[in-house]
Amino acid sequence: MERYSASGAPARPDGMAQGGRDLTEDQLAGLIEAIGAERSQEAFRDLFRHCAPRIKAYAMKAGVDAGMAEEIAQESMIAIWRKAATFDRTRASAMSWIFTVARNKRIDLWRRESRPELEPDDPALAAPAPLSPDAEREAGERQRLIRRAVDGLPAEQAEVVQKAYFEDKSHSAISAELGLPLGTIKSRVRLALTRLRVAMEGLQA
Amino acid sequence: MIRHHPASELVLDYAAGALAEPVALAVASHAWLCPVCRDEVARMEDLGGVLLQEIEPAAMSEAALQRTLAELSGPEPETPRAAAMPDDETAALIPPPLRRYLGGSLADLRWRWKGRGMRETPLALSLRGYRASLFRLRPGGMPPSHRHLGNEYTLVLDGSFSEDGEVYVPGDFAHADSSCTHVQRADPERGCLCLAVLDAPVRLTGGLARLVNPFLRF
Repeated sequence: MERYSASGAPARPDGMAQGGRDLTEDQLAGLIEAIGAERSQEAFRDLFRHCAPRIKAYAMKAGVDAGMAEEIAQESMIAIWRKAATFDRTRASAMSWIFTVARNKRIDLWRRESRPELEPDDPALAAPAPLSPDAEREAGERQRLIRRAVDGLPAEQAEVVQKAYFEDKSHSAISAELGLPLGTIKSRVRLALTRLRVAMEGLQA
Repeated sequence: MIRHHPASELVLDYAAGALAEPVALAVASHAWLCPVCRDEVARMEDLGGVLLQEIEPAAMSEAALQRTLAELSGPEPETPRAAAMPDDETAALIPPPLRRYLGGSLADLRWRWKGRGMRETPLALSLRGYRASLFRLRPGGMPPSHRHLGNEYTLVLDGSFSEDGEVYVPGDFAHADSSCTHVQRADPERGCLCLAVLDAPVRLTGGLARLVNPFLRF
């Protein structure tokens, strides 16, 4: 029996493509592992239904038109199929791994630049895994802590984080767009990151 | 030991994918050498994962899944052949994210003299408005005093340089903006090898400096 179904991924009828937090972090990791180890097309379908509409939405937020956003989503899913065997749940959570694939495809296909990567394709060159204590924390738990910290960000801080991740804007571009001094944007980013760090260390903010 | 890191907003921009490629290259090369920043990048990619999970999904077209499945059975693209093994010096000094921009080993690069004991080789990376190069300074060498109109990101790869009493060793990352005037001096014994990325021309502050300004034709 495939691992992902053993962990309880719901068998869902075709068409239930959209919406909600329908798969848990554990289930997502199981799907990627099933693709990596068994080339499971069934796991790929489930992962596609969960991820492709999110990646499409992610690309569109940066101003990509719907057609190219769909191409970015499809190309990301193909990259996930090909790279699935390199996924390691002790190094990254499933959703953050998928985020890195989608981010790089957006840079590659839309901005037509390449991405200087920290984890080159040659595994012999891979940097050692992060050593901090929270790297060992279970991925799902880490996601919950981050989610709580993100939900608790003041509007000004949430705005700069959203613009950086979704709108492809560096902090200097955000400063120009909002007409605010660079120092103001920097301090908002730093305050947001401090809250995030505190949350991930499991302390009270 | 690395003591100078990119500011956290730069690391966030890198993790979010919002940096232009030359600046991303400087941050990635630093982070590969620096466990603290690598960990920081991983944390910020986790944040990206949460944001992606929470996003309001946009429906894919009907045929998208079938079309993608059809492509899976197609031939895998040739994995790009690994670049020729770099020589020992290159392997020791150049972090992997930077290697493919060199197009070879350090010993094979063509250096251009820039005066004052400074040599430059531009990287294979052309993006309008940016300039990315390796610089070698001879022992004790001092680039002309200069001021930037934009930003300069410097990563030390070998030797060291000092500026305002701070010493920058391999792995250290320096960021100068238009408010700083630079006076730098390379290590008196080992000189300095560094990666420098600029996003605007340099303004000269010294009298004759114009003659040797490496970025005059920017």
